[in-house]
Amino acid sequence: MNGREKVIEVRGLRNQFGAQVVHENLDLDVYRGEIVGVVGGSGSGKSVLLRSIIGLNRPAAGSVTLLGEDLQRLSDTRRAAIESRCGVLFQNGALFSSLTVADNVMVPLREHFHLPLALMQQVAALKIALAGLPAEAGAKFPAELSGGMVKRAALARAIALDPDILFLDEPTAGLDPIGASAFDRLILTLRESLGLTVFLITHDLDTLYTICDRVAVLSQKRVLIADTLARVEKCDDPWIHEYFQGPRGRAAATAATHAAIPMR
Amino acid sequence: MTTATAGTATFRQDPSGGCVVASGDWTLAGAAALSALVDRLKRQHPNGACIDAHGIGRVDTAGAGLLLDLAGTSPIDGLDPTHRALIDAVARARARPGAAPRKPPYGLVALLMHTGAATEQVGRNAWHLVGFIGLLLNTLARCVIDPRRWRITSLAFHLEQTGLNAVPIVVLLNFLIGAVVAFLGATVLQDFGASIFTVELVGYSFLREFGVLLAAILIAGRSGSAFTAQIGSMKAREEIDAIRTLGLDPIEVLVLPRLLALLIALPLLTFLAMLAGIIGGATVCALSLDISPTMFVTRLHELAAVQHFWVGMSKAPIFAFLIAAIGCLEGFKVTGSAESVGTRTTSSVVQSIFVTILVDALAAIFYMEIHV
Repeated sequence: MNGREKVIEVRGLRNQFGAQVVHENLDLDVYRGEIVGVVGGSGSGKSVLLRSIIGLNRPAAGSVTLLGEDLQRLSDTRRAAIESRCGVLFQNGALFSSLTVADNVMVPLREHFHLPLALMQQVAALKIALAGLPAEAGAKFPAELSGGMVKRAALARAIALDPDILFLDEPTAGLDPIGASAFDRLILTLRESLGLTVFLITHDLDTLYTICDRVAVLSQKRVLIADTLARVEKCDDPWIHEYFQGPRGRAAATAATHAAIPMR
Repeated sequence: MTTATAGTATFRQDPSGGCVVASGDWTLAGAAALSALVDRLKRQHPNGACIDAHGIGRVDTAGAGLLLDLAGTSPIDGLDPTHRALIDAVARARARPGAAPRKPPYGLVALLMHTGAATEQVGRNAWHLVGFIGLLLNTLARCVIDPRRWRITSLAFHLEQTGLNAVPIVVLLNFLIGAVVAFLGATVLQDFGASIFTVELVGYSFLREFGVLLAAILIAGRSGSAFTAQIGSMKAREEIDAIRTLGLDPIEVLVLPRLLALLIALPLLTFLAMLAGIIGGATVCALSLDISPTMFVTRLHELAAVQHFWVGMSKAPIFAFLIAAIGCLEGFKVTGSAESVGTRTTSSVVQSIFVTILVDALAAIFYMEIHV
């Protein structure tokens, strides 16, 4: 399109569970360094799309290219190499409940690198601090954390290997507004400092307005439009119109234009 | 993407005092070597030295942390803006106040600590169990007199799960053990020319002990663990709290149907277990000892068998009560995580088998003393 490197390229994707078709002929591109927000009604297959991109879901048809490679056709070792360049934050955190937060963050470090324990602990502590958690959270078990802390701990694990692409499945769902906007700022900071590409599923309109470079709208089994918010808002599809021009959409838009949120 | 070159740092003496020149990729892949290098340079130049980072390739968070370690309070020169942003972010994150993580004790202290904790846990478990049994009896007494509070559907469901579905495994296992006991008896008793006493051996052991004990142990492993896992996962997902807020009593809704189902199912299973064990013994007798089934039954009659049957049967409801109580109590002890469901289930099975065998031993002494 404009010469930027595509890190995710989805072409003609079709996902089907039994007789129920979730995606049909779905196309989507994500470019390096951008934050793409994916929106869509409940049950429109946002999480399924994420799972298809990271290779947890084998599509019925179509191709998914991640960092220039088709995961379904790769050998296991090459596939693991690509997967280690992706960080995923699952909707409910998916922290390993038998490990402390610090050990959770160290799992990918242990598996992919041979580092001395002290150094791994140091790196883990750094990631935990980067994710905005206090240092003492490292010694806690996931069951002892609050909802917001679980998200941050899961983020710390997702960025453990300094991934190229960060996948976030509803990162701000269930957070209070202060926590949610802090999380938004955190994602922005990480993007700037680590040069991340972020693929973000969200229902949070404030998140869309404050941090997303482009928004992809998932509806009618495909990506209706993937463009800047200004253009998506003007799209004349009735669902999109209701989504962005409804009371909540307008409130979020006003908030984003009026409040010049200090990002740093 | 640029080709990877291993990160390195060297000290360069110059008129202004000296500078550490960092170059190459400072990433996680080379972090082990870089960490050792940083430690060495810091020992050589404890006062810190300025860093010249013009030659640096790629940097990730781990590398940024090491660069900051190396620099201490001195400035880092020659970073390009993207690296500068990363290093600033890492420096800010490191500057956040926070207590150092506590170190777990090890060695003898840890051993003593675990021993103490385990001992305390045993006492606490016993205390909780006694309390829970009291609570159960209390709720049971309140519900029995009020037919509107009987949960027939739930009871029937648990009867099927714990009783009917357990029949094949209980019968098969007892049949096999019956055969084994008969074989053992036959081998030992043949030397005395007393192989006919195999009938007594099988009859005695299965009516008084093995039937009920094997059935109870199987049920503890099969249903006690299921009770813990079911109630435990409900507890983990706050369903128990939901039951409470709806004005219902979780003991009445969840525990009583399971308890009553086991109280009915285990005696029935015990009866089948005795039968299967004796049939197993009789089969071996018929096939290898020339004791015909008719002779076996006649001989069994002469044993005053009914009395032994009741000795065995009398233990079944006690075991059922204890297994259900321990299984449900352990379920209630589950905390938020999935792991704790696993721990509690294990604990439930171990405790209920232990208690079953303990009570069986006490009962054996009791019945011996009263000459039954």
